[in-house]
Amino acid sequence: MGAGHAHALYVHEHSPVHALPPHVKVVATVAFVVTVAVTPAPAVAVFAVAAIVLAAVARLARVPFRFVAARLVVVVPFLLVASMVPFVASGERTEVLGVSVSAEGLAAGFGIAARATLGASASILLAATTEVPRLLRGLERLRVPPVLTQIATFMVRYLEVVAGEFGRMRTAMVARGHDPRWLWQARPVAAATGALFVRSYERGERVHAAMLARGYAGTMPQLDEEPDVAPTTWLRALAPDAILVTALLTWMVLA
Amino acid sequence: MHAPDGFLTVPAAVGTALLSAGAVGAALKQSREQLGEQQVPLAGLTAAFVFAAQMVNFPVAAGTTGHLMGGALAAVLLGPWVGLVVVSVVVIVQALVFADGGISALGYNLLNMAVVTSLGGWGVFRLGRRVLPRTRVGVAVAAGLAGFASVVISAMAFSLEWLVGASVPVAFDRVFTAMVGVHGVIGIGEGVITGLAVAAVLASRPDLVTGAAGLELPRVPRTRNRPFAIAVVVASLLVAAVVAQFAVDDPDGLERVAEDTGFAGSAQDHPLGNSIFADYATAGVADEATSLAIAGISGTLLTLAVGGGLFSAVRRRRPSARSHTQSVG
Repeated sequence: MGAGHAHALYVHEHSPVHALPPHVKVVATVAFVVTVAVTPAPAVAVFAVAAIVLAAVARLARVPFRFVAARLVVVVPFLLVASMVPFVASGERTEVLGVSVSAEGLAAGFGIAARATLGASASILLAATTEVPRLLRGLERLRVPPVLTQIATFMVRYLEVVAGEFGRMRTAMVARGHDPRWLWQARPVAAATGALFVRSYERGERVHAAMLARGYAGTMPQLDEEPDVAPTTWLRALAPDAILVTALLTWMVLA
Repeated sequence: MHAPDGFLTVPAAVGTALLSAGAVGAALKQSREQLGEQQVPLAGLTAAFVFAAQMVNFPVAAGTTGHLMGGALAAVLLGPWVGLVVVSVVVIVQALVFADGGISALGYNLLNMAVVTSLGGWGVFRLGRRVLPRTRVGVAVAAGLAGFASVVISAMAFSLEWLVGASVPVAFDRVFTAMVGVHGVIGIGEGVITGLAVAAVLASRPDLVTGAAGLELPRVPRTRNRPFAIAVVVASLLVAAVVAQFAVDDPDGLERVAEDTGFAGSAQDHPLGNSIFADYATAGVADEATSLAIAGISGTLLTLAVGGGLFSAVRRRRPSARSHTQSVG
């Protein structure tokens, strides 16, 4: 079953970035992403600084660039959207390679592409350097309601199990000649989805009963207490953010 | 629909984040009884189910496939508040762990994919249940309509957010037409799968379907066709009227809309590249433009097809419902 494995998005390393307390990393990542999100589209230099900072952090964390690049597939649809924006946007027209496009749209499209890529890279780095249980405990420490983090903990723990269950159903269907091409052939898929819900729910009932039998009373025992964080740790974690914010402020003053 | 960072302006992101936080907070309060800390493992498992269900491919046409959003399905199975909480957890984990949807975009992603789909889907489901017969078929059809409506409502919500917080100078009516038109088509798939999945759960564990509470289960009375048909027509006309109105709004702009459809078609990707469900494709943009035209002009017929198709599908499966569900696994 899915127990004991680190998540596929996690890169096992011993680096200064991995060692940072998770809630500090979450704060640093959110600050970075928000700064990127508020950066105006014409500030190409600021986006470049953000990319360099991210690359440096990835290097420090020993996360291979190829790993980040492969995970960036998530934003490809939005890059396609961004590449269409210059053609559909309103505003002044300009010529690029003999094609008439909206000047404003061209800048805005670049902005969307840059923010999407940089934001996703930042969260990929967060996930790559933080195991999910620690990440969730970090969220709890940042006062996210414990009900949410606990649901998330169970969800992540059983995700592979449930997905595997559906995989076996699918294998069974395919083995029996299931190869739907049209929506009206979708009933087996839907029936399997319903069956998957029933199985997941019943597994939840069993897990809950097993936990009650072992003395579960509504909270999970804390096995490894996260220690208090020294101010210098915060400084180190927020240093990349500081560089980016400085770059943004400089650009705003100069522009 | 997992929008990345910076897709909407900062005020829009902050505003939607406040709205979503309020909605999730309210849902947590409302579901405290059902979700007493004792029940957390159950909610976690259903969250894993919703996550997996979002990866389930279903065929759309000629071998292209789509995948579920699952908000309405979760609401019908778990009730609107628990459904909202569970889908929110899914969206948050997708952003933080899977980089699917931006962290700074969580406000609008939560609003579009968890809040309005669960609450809106539940509203349509309740309406449907009031109009439709109190049978399994009635519940399944209501769930199907809810699934369809939840996708369209989600697209509308995104378009409205675009109106306040567009990061790109693309006119609101273009985005609205493209989003709502295309999602009117995508929603048909969501509706069919949602309805049939609920029917499958009803067949084996009807007690798990929160939305079917109060249904007399053992007795499955024969539905009288005429009132049922009239109810379906009225319900679909209501939904379709909204869609059709906007879809025919801008007939000469259809070519542009085709390009705009990137906003919608792009929603359909998922990062688990090495997972078994990974290799699905969405309908091509050009294809969707054609579909869009169809949706605009004959939205009514398509909605009827959802209702009618569900109806006959559910009816046909009833005699051997239980054995069928089991033979699948």
